[in-house]
Amino acid sequence: MSTESVAWPSPAAESRSFVEQLHEWITTVDHKRLGILYIAYALFFLVVAGIEATVIRIQLIRPHNDFVSPQVFNRLFTMHGTTMIFFVVMPVLFGFANYLIPLMIGARDMAFPRVNAFSFWMTAFGGLLLYFSLVGANGLYGAGNAPDVGWFAYAPLTSRTFSVGHSTDFWTLALLVSGFGSIGTAINIIATVLCVRCPGMTLAKMPLFAWLNLIMADLVILAVSPLTAAQLMLLVDRYLGGHFFDTQAGGSAVIWMHFFWVFGHPEVYILILPAFAFVSEIVPVFSRKPIFGYSVMVGATVAIGFISMSVWAHHMFTVGMSFAANTFFVISTMAIAVPTGIKIFNWLATMWGGKIEFRTPMLFCIAFLFQFLIAGLTGIMQGAAPFDWHLGSSYFVVAHFHYVIVGGILFALFGAFYYWFPKMSGKMYSETLGKLHFWLFIIGFHLTFDFMHIPGLLGMPRRIYTYEPGRGWDTWNFIVTIGVFFQAAGILVFLGNLIWSYYRGKAAGSDPWDAWTLEWSTDSPPPAYNFFSIPTVQSRRPLWDLKHPEDPDWKYE
Amino acid sequence: MTNTTSTTLSAPELEWKLPSRGQVGMYALIAAEAAIFTIFVVAYLFYIGKSLSGPIPSEVLSPPICYTVCLLSSSLTIHFAAKSLRTGNVRDFGARWLLTIVLGALFLYGTASEWHRLIYKDGLTITTNLFGTTYYSLVGLHGFHVVVGLLALTTVMVFTIFGAVKQEHADRIDVLSLYWHFVDAVWVVVFAVVYLIGR
Repeated sequence: MSTESVAWPSPAAESRSFVEQLHEWITTVDHKRLGILYIAYALFFLVVAGIEATVIRIQLIRPHNDFVSPQVFNRLFTMHGTTMIFFVVMPVLFGFANYLIPLMIGARDMAFPRVNAFSFWMTAFGGLLLYFSLVGANGLYGAGNAPDVGWFAYAPLTSRTFSVGHSTDFWTLALLVSGFGSIGTAINIIATVLCVRCPGMTLAKMPLFAWLNLIMADLVILAVSPLTAAQLMLLVDRYLGGHFFDTQAGGSAVIWMHFFWVFGHPEVYILILPAFAFVSEIVPVFSRKPIFGYSVMVGATVAIGFISMSVWAHHMFTVGMSFAANTFFVISTMAIAVPTGIKIFNWLATMWGGKIEFRTPMLFCIAFLFQFLIAGLTGIMQGAAPFDWHLGSSYFVVAHFHYVIVGGILFALFGAFYYWFPKMSGKMYSETLGKLHFWLFIIGFHLTFDFMHIPGLLGMPRRIYTYEPGRGWDTWNFIVTIGVFFQAAGILVFLGNLIWSYYRGKAAGSDPWDAWTLEWSTDSPPPAYNFFSIPTVQSRRPLWDLKHPEDPDWKYE
Repeated sequence: MTNTTSTTLSAPELEWKLPSRGQVGMYALIAAEAAIFTIFVVAYLFYIGKSLSGPIPSEVLSPPICYTVCLLSSSLTIHFAAKSLRTGNVRDFGARWLLTIVLGALFLYGTASEWHRLIYKDGLTITTNLFGTTYYSLVGLHGFHVVVGLLALTTVMVFTIFGAVKQEHADRIDVLSLYWHFVDAVWVVVFAVVYLIGR
């Protein structure tokens, strides 16, 4: 039982030149450095895609606005969606998984460190490709700019006829390349969780974080691969003159929808499962209680993994499917609410009777709980096909999935940033700035996305670049855009807090939260080898056992 | 640190054995590849009989039974190659490994000659009709995997010739042969879809 770490003489970072340090970061195979690279990369694109969202909302602040042209508007919503999903949320979640999983399971690195580096650089290259379209999409055709076909790029918009130039090629190549990176990381996470756990850490004693990321990685394998296949087909159509999605030659536009959403819906769970993982680690620590219903949580996660593979066509109710298909996808969509609801009740039960500490990470997690619940409820509304026929492709849909991704995933993610920032940087963040960020962001979030449901109910379609006055949409759109500025201010406070605390923050120590998982047993930031000697665990809360030898957990598990 | 004196760990718990990361990683890769192939197979099945013009499969395709036997039997040879390396018989390993490569290359030759006939005699290319698009994509995707497998096998062969492959590498060879078995198993599906159901 040696979970302690030693104070290692810190290498004099200042004495090395910038080029040497840069070289170290670029050639690194250390899971912690790659984790930070993923996170920094994602934060950069968060700002880029956030600016795109802001421009979209400024364009829609009043009817007949002409802040940007219709063409630019199409490019903006395509780039915003693609960037946020593939180059912000996925990389940042992979970053946290990379950084934390080996530390939590008592390992010195991921199972395949070089595959890890390869995957990161593939993802990074994908993001570069997407944005290189701004200058490169012209090609020899003298036409084309950033991709403008929407983030799900329905056929036939992507055919050579309707998408001249290379903008769609950059879109599809970016997703293909970053998809290879995602699959590589998923393989790595699975092998790490299954094959390099420290002695004593059976599957039933793993932190929930590792469990949820294991299921997430399984979903990446099963869901991102179909996207890769679909992108290959699109490339065959565009470059080799194939007819997969060419209706003129008997091909089908609908099969692209199926292929895309076979990826697209599990993707939502790929994004939300790590958010669940953050909440499952943060809520118990700040409630001073172990997680309620550990094995049920694992079971619910596995159930979500299975069911999420069979709900994709609820994105396609308005396409016109058979009665049997509609019925099946309505029922499976409703079914997924059951394991998700179990999770919400488990988190509430964890908090129930606990000594709750309202630190910034916990605030974000509590907001997550309520917002994710509402997001799930509007999801069930649209899961009913007749309701969806009315509201499909309206702003109600936009409001719903932003409630999931911003209100759910992003809030949990901010919680994770504050919770693990002391571990990653060795410095404490500013609690005042953290709370300011929280309140700015929650006000902005609710202004924007609560009120966005209403124009949707009133019939405002998504992706329109402007609208007529007097349809009852004007006030709502104005409020929605005002909320964006609060959110932007919140993000600036957040980034400022990270930078300021990194240079000026107080030393955090190895275990500022009095937490229970192994990452808090080593230094902050952890040394390259993570643990001086590989720990041995006997329960789900090894640090509790260490701190309370008179009443260890393993006596009860 | 704590509880070391009053430890309740029983003996079986102290034995800490985890699955091999190479095997797990390869199975995960195979799952991902299987998902990619599934989408191409679904597209193939969906588009059977939907081509607006000829040629159609029954006119131009005949099951390549001989080359299929080559590829499938290479699964046997690689299995016995890996087995002989595990017992330390590097010479047998090399011979069987080489046989595997030859069988794989024969299969590729079969695909190449079929494509040559289809393109130059029957006038079927990837742009001709939906059958051409789906056929060349699916068979080509599989062929690409055979090529990648052959490159990996050849790399091992070169190392074997220079005497660098030893008994201790048996675990790694097992991981590589898993991939090769997968490539063979996919061919069973592709064969059934293209040459049996699709005709």
